Amino acid sequence: MNGQLLVEIYVFVLAVFVGFEVISKIPPTLHTPLMSGSNAISGITIIGALLAAGSLPGTLSATLGLIAIILAMINVVGGFMVTGRMLRMFKK
Amino acid sequence: MWLAALWLRAVCLECSKNKIIVQDIFIPIIYLFSAVLFILGLRQLSHPRTAPKGNNTAAIGMLLAVIATLLNNQILDFQTIFIGIVIGSAIGAVLAKRVEMTSMPQLVALFNGFGGIASLLVAAAEFYKGEPLLVFTLATITLSVLIGAVTFSGSLVAFAKLQGLLRGTPIKFSGQHSINGILAGVVVLLAVYAVLDPAQASNAVLAIIVISLFLGILFVIPIGGADMPVVIAMLNSFSGLAACATGFVIQNDALIISGSLVGASGIILTDIMCKGMNRTIWNVLFAGVGSAIEGSPLEVDPMKTVKSYEPEDTVVIFENSKQIVIVPGYGLAVAQAQHMVHELQELLEGKGVIVKYAIHPVAGRMPGHMNVLLAEANVPYDSLYDLDQINPEFEETDVTLVIGANDVVNPAARHDVNSPIFGMPILDVDKSQTVFVLKRSMNPGFAGIENELFYKDNTIMIFGDAKDTVSKLVSELK
Repeated sequence: MNGQLLVEIYVFVLAVFVGFEVISKIPPTLHTPLMSGSNAISGITIIGALLAAGSLPGTLSATLGLIAIILAMINVVGGFMVTGRMLRMFKK
Repeated sequence: MWLAALWLRAVCLECSKNKIIVQDIFIPIIYLFSAVLFILGLRQLSHPRTAPKGNNTAAIGMLLAVIATLLNNQILDFQTIFIGIVIGSAIGAVLAKRVEMTSMPQLVALFNGFGGIASLLVAAAEFYKGEPLLVFTLATITLSVLIGAVTFSGSLVAFAKLQGLLRGTPIKFSGQHSINGILAGVVVLLAVYAVLDPAQASNAVLAIIVISLFLGILFVIPIGGADMPVVIAMLNSFSGLAACATGFVIQNDALIISGSLVGASGIILTDIMCKGMNRTIWNVLFAGVGSAIEGSPLEVDPMKTVKSYEPEDTVVIFENSKQIVIVPGYGLAVAQAQHMVHELQELLEGKGVIVKYAIHPVAGRMPGHMNVLLAEANVPYDSLYDLDQINPEFEETDVTLVIGANDVVNPAARHDVNSPIFGMPILDVDKSQTVFVLKRSMNPGFAGIENELFYKDNTIMIFGDAKDTVSKLVSELK
């Protein structure tokens, strides 16, 4: 097991704890925007998609990457926009 | 945002003399910055006032992550990327703008699915690069495609059920659980095989993808429509975990952190939904609840009678109340009565009555759904109360108005050990002075359980379409 992997596991475990802490403070009123917003955040896989599509032009990997970019981008743009749309409706 | 991009460009030009600094230090630091923005964004989501800002914060984090990635000198082909980004953004924007608030669960299910398949594709792309892979990387690839595929096909089934393309009742056949178990076992064996013999891994990975897609379908079809909120929350969690697994594949901390945040969020929401129904996650996933509704009519004790009023007869009671609590169920959204209810609220408040809304955790079709539907109808968020906040208040409430809710106000959950919903947390509406129940007819609700609330002395039924009834109340109050 190399050092980098170990660091990644550290990061993973600590991030899960941060996630539980932060998200358990979100009130039920905002749970739907939370879901659509966290959906947009899971579109972070776009990073991997960009690297796959851009780094090896003309290969199978690039094609898979292109499809991944489209799908992840739907998630990112759609997710943040619809969350914003919902949150603007909440008024005092 | 554009300023940030310009700044980045300037910094990048400065660094172009020294590529290593950009690749190994600058880009990872931006990723860290993105992750921090995601966490801050989620934190601002803890209050409706700061929440829109939180959403923007997270979106800026995403933009930074994308820009940082484009600075990577491995990227040679920007044209493909540009095409992908334009197409994806356009589709996403149209979906986000067009969707009705009642259809939000379907949209989230669909997005979950896209997130899952995108992570799968990224892992697969890494695999098909043809470079020699570490054993650990191979193992994470199998995990990533497994989670990604189950999330994708499972979410599509959930989408089809919510959209009415598939029937909502559980689809069950004998030996279902054994088949799922065998398929899961085969996936594990294939994963082990791929890791042990990397030369032959190609077919194994393909087989894992195909079987996992089937697993996702088989996993969601036996789950009833009423349990879909739990399923969506869980698939939400899976889409995060898929991104996380892919993060291990391409060794990217941004994916690992963001994926874990989403994974944690989905787990918390799944737990809340299960508690709201007093069920365990295993019961939701494997019991196929909701299949036995047809047939057997309810046995109603002929001695029991209900009182029913016309809407016009109730106005005096409303006007003379100090506090009124409205309990909205999904029936209210189906009848599109939210706006009318808000009008009723404003009229009553004009007469000095305090109006509050009691929202049960499972009132809508996904966590927090009812709150969004009411917010859309301009109901202010500070009049929305959740179960724990409102239950102590019913004793001081003059009138409770139940609109399109049924099982969540059934007192049997508190005391009748034989009731299927015994132990489920309910809104104690029966403790208020008078309860008005707006209902189409005496037909039982989704779960097919008789509601003893309707026969209580302080309960008065108002039969008819919810929107009609509320609009009659509104015109009488004017």
